[in-house]
Amino acid sequence: MNGTSVAARAEEVWKVYGSEEARVVALRGVSASFGRGRFTAIMGPSGSGKSTLMHCLAGLDTVTRGTVHIGDTEVTGLGDKALTRLRRDRVGFIFQQFNLLPTLTAAENIRLPMDIAGRKPDPQWWDTVIETVGLKDRLGHRPSQLSGGQQQRVACARALVSRPDVIFADEPTGNLDSKSGAEILSFLRASVREHGQTIVMVTHDPVAASYTDRVVFLADGAIVAELDDPTPETVLEAMKSGEVLV
Amino acid sequence: MLRATLKSLLARKLRLVLSGLAVVLGVMFVSGAFVTTDTLGRTFDNLFTEGYATTDVAVTAKPKVAVAEMDGEEVPTPLKASVVDQVAKVEGVKEAIGMVGADGARVIGSDGKVVTSFGPPRIGANWTGLDAIMEMRQGRGPAADSEIAVNAEVAKAANIKVGDKVAVLTQLPKQTFTLVGVWGYTDDRDSIGGVQEVAFTTPVAQRSMLGQTGVFTQVTVRVDGGQTPEAVRDRITARLGDAYEVKTGKQLAEESSAGFKDALSFFNNILLGFAGVALFVGIFLILNTFSIIVAQRTKELALMRALGASRRQVINSVLTEAVAIGLIAAVLGLGAGIGVGALLVWLFGRMSGGMDPATVGVPPAAILSALIVGVVVTVVAAVLPALRASRIAPVAAMQDVATPDRPLTKITVAGAIVGAAGAALLGVGLYGASSLLLILAGVLVTFIGVALLTPLISKPVVALLGRLFSWSVPGRLGRLNSGRNPRRTAITAAALMVGIALVTGVTVIMDSAKQSLAAQAEDTIKAQIIVSGEQSGPRPPTFDEAVLTKAQQISGVRSVAGVWSDQAVIDGERTYVNATDDLAKLADTYGTPGLTTLRGDQMAVSVEEAKDRGWTVGSVHEVQLPRGEMHKYTIAATYDEDRLPGSYMLPAAATKEFGIIQPVIGFVRLDDGVAVDQVLPQVKQLVADSPEVSATDRSSFIAQQSGDFDTVITMVQVLLGLAILIAVLGVVNTLALSVLERTRELGLLRAVGLGRAQTMRMVTVESVVISVFGALLGVVVGAGLGTAVVRALDGEGITDLVLPWERMGLYLGLAALVGVLAAVLPSIRAARLNVLSAIAHD
Repeated sequence: MNGTSVAARAEEVWKVYGSEEARVVALRGVSASFGRGRFTAIMGPSGSGKSTLMHCLAGLDTVTRGTVHIGDTEVTGLGDKALTRLRRDRVGFIFQQFNLLPTLTAAENIRLPMDIAGRKPDPQWWDTVIETVGLKDRLGHRPSQLSGGQQQRVACARALVSRPDVIFADEPTGNLDSKSGAEILSFLRASVREHGQTIVMVTHDPVAASYTDRVVFLADGAIVAELDDPTPETVLEAMKSGEVLV
Repeated sequence: MLRATLKSLLARKLRLVLSGLAVVLGVMFVSGAFVTTDTLGRTFDNLFTEGYATTDVAVTAKPKVAVAEMDGEEVPTPLKASVVDQVAKVEGVKEAIGMVGADGARVIGSDGKVVTSFGPPRIGANWTGLDAIMEMRQGRGPAADSEIAVNAEVAKAANIKVGDKVAVLTQLPKQTFTLVGVWGYTDDRDSIGGVQEVAFTTPVAQRSMLGQTGVFTQVTVRVDGGQTPEAVRDRITARLGDAYEVKTGKQLAEESSAGFKDALSFFNNILLGFAGVALFVGIFLILNTFSIIVAQRTKELALMRALGASRRQVINSVLTEAVAIGLIAAVLGLGAGIGVGALLVWLFGRMSGGMDPATVGVPPAAILSALIVGVVVTVVAAVLPALRASRIAPVAAMQDVATPDRPLTKITVAGAIVGAAGAALLGVGLYGASSLLLILAGVLVTFIGVALLTPLISKPVVALLGRLFSWSVPGRLGRLNSGRNPRRTAITAAALMVGIALVTGVTVIMDSAKQSLAAQAEDTIKAQIIVSGEQSGPRPPTFDEAVLTKAQQISGVRSVAGVWSDQAVIDGERTYVNATDDLAKLADTYGTPGLTTLRGDQMAVSVEEAKDRGWTVGSVHEVQLPRGEMHKYTIAATYDEDRLPGSYMLPAAATKEFGIIQPVIGFVRLDDGVAVDQVLPQVKQLVADSPEVSATDRSSFIAQQSGDFDTVITMVQVLLGLAILIAVLGVVNTLALSVLERTRELGLLRAVGLGRAQTMRMVTVESVVISVFGALLGVVVGAGLGTAVVRALDGEGITDLVLPWERMGLYLGLAALVGVLAAVLPSIRAARLNVLSAIAHD
């Protein structure tokens, strides 16, 4: 994988919380690259550091040592202003809790990052996104009038509409029933396959991971295994073998 | 349960501090008022005890017109010199000294200006030597009629020293003396209570202060050793009969002090009134805080219910929290109140010039009222949230509850009913019963009614206001946030409304009154030049009567009239009266035709006063002036109240029996076609020797007269500032809680690229929208209340309704500023939010 086709990259990333006796090492020298136009899952048991890795990659958290790049930009060492701009313009987020603003309509929520940036969404792309997430007749509704699955689809549309370099999804199906979850995952996979979007997803669900192109397994703050073109069975297999326990 | 309550209380320190602060400020005001009045009361006790320390018994003639303390200085009735001799012969009298002492000796300082007073009298007296508490600082007492001595208070204020030529205004026009001595009092004091004293020789004092020689105002008696003042007093009373008042020094001290204390209790009531407003506003803040606390503790309370706590226990849990906050706040407020009291007393001492305040004391009333007010207010405000808390279903503990927006129907209906009741009370108070109590109750109830209606009003108004800020994304988000919880926004805004409404209402009334009076004066007074001065101290400024006759001789002057002013007893009732040298001329300067010069036994009365007392032209009435005997006056004419100054007009002869025998105001009307500038300099020249007054044109005179209204507005603004400050705390509180509640949302916004500055702007817009909404309500309600009062006072001469647009705009602008300030801390908090911890799931 050469440099231009890498959307996000971690090199020798260490993350240490606290000091002295209360020291917790969350990441121990993690190096990983996330290819452009690829759908990657980060898996690992609770406390393995998978969420921390994602936060560091997304510029939400600082690293103790090592470097993180989004595209060609080194994230580590950026100030708050630059980080805010980076998140606004080049990164998309999908959270487990949907995190929509209750005061805004679905359409306004989707447009929010672009509004903050003062940019107009590309109308064609907008239509494509809205169509793919199937929210056409729900755009004027507020989050409280939408189901959980619909809310998460709004969140996905919000992440996609600004065409970020990379979307980070943190357990996007954690709060959904399996049918809504499956819809979201197919939809994320479609956006990668058909539109070349890059997505990095943290999950502990082997079925969710099976929608991706590649799975990175974390345990105790370090990468312990990788798996290309996973299926639920191969993921479960990988988890059963050795210390990769979810 | 108690332990759980206290723990949750401690866990919410921020809210505790903010809601407690409202109570602290209110209680501070209440206890500060009590501490101030108590301390000043004791200050006056000490003062008068000291003042009468060297007087065992004092004999005075009964005053012709008894004047209450603070209603002006009583004019002493002169005692004949023979009374002094009579008293001296009474058994047990060691020494009887004839004293002259009256208010109205005004020293002209080295800068040519009259030395002013902020309340204490300016006494002119005869020199009777040093008594036990006096000390000569320089020189000696006056020995010749051309000499005077002054106390150090005067010497300092006038910047004069022994050997200087000093001019003094008394009942007589300006006289010049040589200053031969300056005295002070023990313990290095310049005066007793800031009183300015000038001592003349006895004949000069008699002439200057009493207008005749051979008379005194008081006989001061020192008793022989072994005699009690009381026994000697009774013997003197027996000897002199009941035309005289014979009192011991102790009695006099107590009486004088009691008079001042009446005035103090009035002051106390005003302070308590404003404290009441502050606490009323505080209730809104506390109510809001507890509602939010209960909402946030839903899960916790539901869990308690699930674990078997009864409704009563839940209510008690909330109320216990209220009692705890109330108690702590009351104690802190009491402490702050003592500080404020000490400050006010110190200020009073400074302002009154040389007053030596007593040690600050804390009366039981201050402690008691602080505790009661603090606890009761807090608990009352917490009752509704407590009831709501008790209705939380145990199952709420298990669910992720999104509290649905409760419909506003009930609260709106209640608001309409309460508002209507308030308006009705106000109407009855203003037009029917004319009762201040009903009016105040009406205002209070109206406020509650409007507050209840506010949630409904807030939706469209906040949306509209918010449009102003919607040009940016943070602005739009802020606007949406402020419309999110109509109840919370409403209560916060309503708290601000109360203070702003009262200030606006008072401004409307004062500006209307000012405008009405000015218009009336402009309409009625035909005189183009007015001679008058600004009053300082109990005695009005006066000028030499000769100015009037001299002014009449200036070419181009059509008529000149002077007005004298004092109090008199007419048919047994004390009232303010005026007199003029020539009613025909006064009527001419006022543009009131049809009045002729009064004869010595005639008076004119206003139509309104005559109607009230059932008098008609031709009826005869007994008038007792401060000096001289009772006279009978026949009503020769009546005039409309606003066509001449005052309700009674006495003839020129009566002025000789006035306490102040010089005119207080003069009117000069010019011939048609004569320019004011042509004559004004000459009139100014004439009053050059009367430094208390100045000659001005009519518009400056009117402006000078209406200055008092602006003073009232300023005072009310300052005093209601506290209520507004509490309301601002409410805004801070609401914002802080909103930020806290929306942690996750803020985190998301930051995650998707909202910058720190944008975050702050979002919170600020929310704050400004709430504040401006509150101020807008306040301005509208206040203008409404003010208009109602002005309309009701139509019959009292307030005919013009003035809506002070400029000031109302200013209040709105200030509210916007307040909104920005209130947002500072919450918005910093919002901007500093750790994005990660805000969005990380659990």
